[in-house]
Amino acid sequence: MSKSSLKQTLQDLESKKISIRELNQDYLKRIKEKENLNVFIHFSEDNILKQIDNLEKDNSTKKLKGIPIAIKDLFCTKSMPTTAASKILQNFNPTYESFVTQKLLDEGSIFIGKTNLDEFAMGSATNTSFFGNTINPLSKENEPLAPGGSSGGSAAAVAADLCLGATGTDTGGSIRQPASFCGVVGIKPTYGLCSRWGIAAFASSLDQAGIFSHNVEDASILLQSIAGFDQRDSTSAKVDIPNYFENLDDDLNGKTVGIPKEYSIDGTPMEISQIWEDAIKVLEKKGVEVKNISLPHTKYALPTYYIIAPAEASSNLARYDGVKYGFRSDEIDSLDAMYENTRAQGFGREVKRRILIGTYVLSAGYYDAYYLKAQKVRKLIADDFNKAFKECDFIVTPTAPSAAFPLNEKQSDPIKMYLNDVFTVPASLAGLPGISIPFGKDKNNLPLGIQILGKHFDEQQVFNVALSLERSYE
Amino acid sequence: MKIDKNTINKIARLSRIKLDDKESEDYIKDLNSILDWVEQLNEVNTENVEPLSNISSSILPKREDVSKDTNSSEEILENAPDKLEGFFAVPKVVE
Repeated sequence: MSKSSLKQTLQDLESKKISIRELNQDYLKRIKEKENLNVFIHFSEDNILKQIDNLEKDNSTKKLKGIPIAIKDLFCTKSMPTTAASKILQNFNPTYESFVTQKLLDEGSIFIGKTNLDEFAMGSATNTSFFGNTINPLSKENEPLAPGGSSGGSAAAVAADLCLGATGTDTGGSIRQPASFCGVVGIKPTYGLCSRWGIAAFASSLDQAGIFSHNVEDASILLQSIAGFDQRDSTSAKVDIPNYFENLDDDLNGKTVGIPKEYSIDGTPMEISQIWEDAIKVLEKKGVEVKNISLPHTKYALPTYYIIAPAEASSNLARYDGVKYGFRSDEIDSLDAMYENTRAQGFGREVKRRILIGTYVLSAGYYDAYYLKAQKVRKLIADDFNKAFKECDFIVTPTAPSAAFPLNEKQSDPIKMYLNDVFTVPASLAGLPGISIPFGKDKNNLPLGIQILGKHFDEQQVFNVALSLERSYE
Repeated sequence: MKIDKNTINKIARLSRIKLDDKESEDYIKDLNSILDWVEQLNEVNTENVEPLSNISSSILPKREDVSKDTNSSEEILENAPDKLEGFFAVPKVVE
C-alpha cells in the first residue's frame, strides 16, 4: 500500500472523501498489526476513540483536525503518561501540557500514542529505553535493525505508516539520524524556534523539538504548527514564523551550496560518499553553484559535545530525586540513602554514565580544563559556520556515517556509539536548522540520508533544497 | 589514569548515585576512555576565545513583572511518591 501524505489526507478530509473516524481506524488497525515493533511506550485505543468523539462534536475549522500524530515520550502530555523511557518516570502523569503538544492539540490533531526513545534521549539506537528496543520497520525477518535514536520510536512510527507525522527532539542528531535510518524526513529547526516548555530536559543549550514526516511538504506544514514564541522558555525566539508550505519553491537557480571538505571522513562507506556526490550533481543541474568550503574545527565537535551535553544533563537530571514525582526506592533509611538508591535504581546505565562524566567535568578543579574549554571550542565551531555562510546559502552533507545497523550489534565501546552523530553534532552545537531526507540506498537496499543545513531561522531555504532533492529522487 | 576508585566514589557521591563494586569498575574504564578521547581538545588554541554558553541569537524579550497566583499545590503534589497534609514527605532528616 502506498503511504498517504498529510497534504493529501487533509484534502480528503476536506472533500469528505474520508471521515476522521475512518481515517484513524485505518491507522489503529495498522498500529495493532505492528505491535511487535515496540514503537509505543503508551498506546490506548480508548483514548484515541475519545479524541475522535470530541472532534466529531467540534464544528470549528482546524488546520490539523483529525490528523493522527505520534508524540515522542519526552513531551509532557496531560492525556497520557510521560516517561522519557526511564524507570524513574515510569508512573509520571504530567499535570500540564508541553508547548509543542498544546499547539498540535489546538489545531485538532489526534495523539495516537507516546513513542519510544533512548532513556532521556541519550543514545543513537533507541536501545537504552527502559521499555525495550524499538525495531526498525525496514528490518528483514530474523534480522532486526536499529531505528536509530534517540527519537527512534517516532521515526519508526512514520516509516511503518502508523501516523501522518511525529514529534521528536534533537540534541546532537536525535531527529536526523533516525530519520536517515528509517527512510523518512526529519527536521531539527533552529535552536529557539520551538519552545522547550514541557519537554523533559537533556542538554538545554542544545535540545530542540522537531518533526518527522513522510515527505518534505508534510514536514513544512507540521513545523509551522509547532513553532512560535513562548515566554516560559527564556531561549525561545521572538521571530515571525513564515508559512513554510505556501512559500515552498524548488527553484534553486543562482543559489550556492557549500560542501565542507572535513565531512569526507576516512572509513565512510563508498555508498554514502556516492549519494553525497549524486546530490551535488542534482543541485548543479538545477543551476546551483557548488563551492568547496572548510569548517576547520569539525573534528572537535564530537568531543566538545560529549563534554557539554553530559555537563548540562548532570545538572538537569538532578531534579529526579524521588521527592516530587516519579520513582522512589524502598531503601530509604535516611534522606541521602533515599536519593542515592532512587537514582541508582531509577536511571539506566547510559544515563548514569553521562551524569557521572558531567559531574566530573563540572567539579572543582576540572571545570576550566573540560567544560570551559569545550565552550570555547564550541564558539570556534559556530564561527566556522558563520564564516562559511558568507560564501554559500546552504550546506549539504550525508546525515549519518552508516545505514541502519543490526539491533544486536554489540556497542560496548561508548565512543564508537557516539560516532553515529559525527555529521549531525556540529550543526547542533551551532544551533543551526538541519533536515535529513531519504536519498538513495545501500547495497542491502537500506535507505541513506542527505542532510541540508541552513542559516539560523532559514528553515524555508532548508525546506526548498530538500523539496528540490526529493523531487529529483522520486 | 584520571579516574581511580577514589575519584569515582567522589563523583558518585556528588551525583547522589549509589554504585556497587562492579559498576564502579565499569565506569572507571568508560570514563577514562572518554576523558582520554576528549583530551584532543587541548590541540585547539582557544586563547582569547569567548566561551559560548547560549547559541540563541535573539535578545531576551522583557515581560511585565506581575505575579500570578495559580494555587496549584494540589496539582503539584499529584505525582509525589509520598505526601502529608499538603507537603512532600521524605524520610526523617533530624537525628
